[in-house]
Amino acid sequence: MFKSQALPEFLASIDTNKCIRCKRCIQNCGWSVYSWGGDRVQIDTQKCVRCLRCYHYCPVEAIEIKENDTRYRANANWSFYNIRNLKRQAETGGIPLTGMGCDLPYPILFDNLLLDACQVTNPSIDPLREPMELRTFLGKKPAKLTIKKDANGKPKLKTKLTPQIELAAPFIFSPMSFGSISLNAQKILAMTAKERGILMNTGEGGLHEDLYPYRTNVMVQVASGRFGVNPQYLNAGVAVEIKIGQGAKPGIGGHLPGEKIPLEVAKTRMIPTGTDALSPAPQHDIYSIEDLRQLIYALKEATEYKKPISVKIATVHNVAAIASGIVRAGADIVYLDGFRGGTGAAPAIIRDHMGIPIEHALAAVDDRLREEGIRNEASIVAAGGIRSAGDAAKAIALGADAVAIGTAALITMGCTVCGKCYTGNCSWGITTQRPELTARLDPEVYGERLSNLIRAWEHELMEILGALGVNAVESLRGSRERLRGIGLDSQMLDILGVKPAGR
Amino acid sequence: MKKIDAKGVHFKELNENIRQALADGKTKITLNNVNGQYYIGTGLKGKDITINIEGVPGNDMAAFMDGPTIHVSGNAQDNISNTMNSGKVLVEGHAGDVLGYGMRGGRLFVRGDVGYRVGIHMKGQKRNMPVIISGGMAGDFFGEYMAGGVLILLGLNAKKGESIVGDYLGTGMHGGEIYIRGEVDIERCGAEVGIDDPDEHDLKTLEKYISEFCKDFSLDVKDIMKKPFKKLIPVSSRPYGNLYAY
Repeated sequence: MFKSQALPEFLASIDTNKCIRCKRCIQNCGWSVYSWGGDRVQIDTQKCVRCLRCYHYCPVEAIEIKENDTRYRANANWSFYNIRNLKRQAETGGIPLTGMGCDLPYPILFDNLLLDACQVTNPSIDPLREPMELRTFLGKKPAKLTIKKDANGKPKLKTKLTPQIELAAPFIFSPMSFGSISLNAQKILAMTAKERGILMNTGEGGLHEDLYPYRTNVMVQVASGRFGVNPQYLNAGVAVEIKIGQGAKPGIGGHLPGEKIPLEVAKTRMIPTGTDALSPAPQHDIYSIEDLRQLIYALKEATEYKKPISVKIATVHNVAAIASGIVRAGADIVYLDGFRGGTGAAPAIIRDHMGIPIEHALAAVDDRLREEGIRNEASIVAAGGIRSAGDAAKAIALGADAVAIGTAALITMGCTVCGKCYTGNCSWGITTQRPELTARLDPEVYGERLSNLIRAWEHELMEILGALGVNAVESLRGSRERLRGIGLDSQMLDILGVKPAGR
Repeated sequence: MKKIDAKGVHFKELNENIRQALADGKTKITLNNVNGQYYIGTGLKGKDITINIEGVPGNDMAAFMDGPTIHVSGNAQDNISNTMNSGKVLVEGHAGDVLGYGMRGGRLFVRGDVGYRVGIHMKGQKRNMPVIISGGMAGDFFGEYMAGGVLILLGLNAKKGESIVGDYLGTGMHGGEIYIRGEVDIERCGAEVGIDDPDEHDLKTLEKYISEFCKDFSLDVKDIMKKPFKKLIPVSSRPYGNLYAY
């Protein structure tokens, strides 16, 4: 048999002295690493992705998954992954696919930013004992408010507000479609969104009927493939999002492999079972800002101007000018997806080399919209690499109204960021449609874990706000004076609009 | 019958007037002096609604529409029946580009020619089968990324030897059926498309749809069916299955 020259990344091993032959590892591994050899478990380590499902479910801790110490000769220029990818390409002639966000060591500017805190001269606030407002409203805000008094002399708002989405905290879940993730994973997102008063986003895969009970906390998406888009769907959620691009794969479209399209997904997307679901990069009805305006208003007409329209783009070099165009085209929300954002499937060459980080993009877009006097016309959602409430707070200080999290939410469901979402073999039942795997993901159990995460982030954000001496997340928004840069050059500080630490 | 004068009225107001008329219980509406207003019939729901349009409606007519029938007495513009769910659109004249994008059900019948990228991303299931028929000729990328439904091109006004369809026919197609009246040059087709002769069952389906078209536009179905058709179907359900190294 032809033996691949692409070295295995990981070595799975079982301590035969400890192993009780319970075969749980065989049963749990979605990658078929383990098989029964008559008297012991056999291992095909080439298939191992180190998702650690087997490790967690081995009752006697007999399993160990190590980095493969057998490496190509160390070379500072030719890394293990360079060489391995070349071997794989030589053997297949294909494009190496990958999942999750870019894992290369590009600078992460969130780690070069520090938040301010109060000492002596301005009091901090104790969020445990004093009111702290995290509520966030997404949507177009009026440039000015007109107030008139009614017959009883009570002030009344005369300005007619456009539709707003109320979030209990400035967090939403990023779009992940039914197809790319399992229905149970979507249910977990929907249940948590409802419980915590935030939003989940259907992604471009339609809204399965099981999710209609959660519609008050759902944003539906329309993209180039138009999967699952009908009038009922458009009016099902609280907002509609037009997906132009995704941070992990700017400029290229979605491609859900046929392995992940069983009957239920095919029905929801209205395509044949087992075909590849193609949502190409260009939306062939959008070649300009004017065309985008046409679709935005088509959706507004279809929803009778009752729902805010969001436009999601990947952050690319000219993101500020593009975002300005999007706002002028009538979008109520601009969703910026940074290049470290996750994906269910993207060519590695695109994910690892295209776009710009969310930190730069966010600062540039916020600046541009302020300069043009249209920052109130749309809310900004920042996504693509938000790992903690700290990142979220920094993003808000840079100018975001809310942040979206995808990978962070999946991690609560068991995800270990192994990056093999595109294969449809996820042993945790998240990015797969294989029924024996998806059944593992109990929405009740994992819904509670995800709710825990959001609750914890709410507390953390309140602690941060308290330390900053403000009692509402609104007071932090765009407040770059409360950020300082560390280890950044003057040009970078200028782009981010922050002072260096010490100034 | 409710008459609405569209002269000089912005699309937002015009569509509000239409929705108001429907809310008042009027189901037959005639729009006079329509001059490029966008979104007529967009998002409207209800099988018993009929809208007659005098003039030229603008882009995104009948987008996301679910049930109504719209009759256009003249020409129409781009993006008609964008992601339409059900209902019927009849255009007596010609229509523009990107018609029936992601269409999921219902009928779009254009008596004359259609532009580029018609019927792209069309979807279809047993109970929801969208059908687009053009009596004239079509531009490039006819049926691109098609995933379901039926596209029929008749070329009734074609001169002898003239191709009734543009290049990149059915590029990226992975479902559905395209019928072209007359011969099709394989050179014009996307790599994902195979050309076949329709079998008896296909011809029956074809005649059913074309009869409906002929009834709507007072044409002779036998005359049209005299000329043989070619059937285009995807050669693979996974045209890009081998593109990636896993």
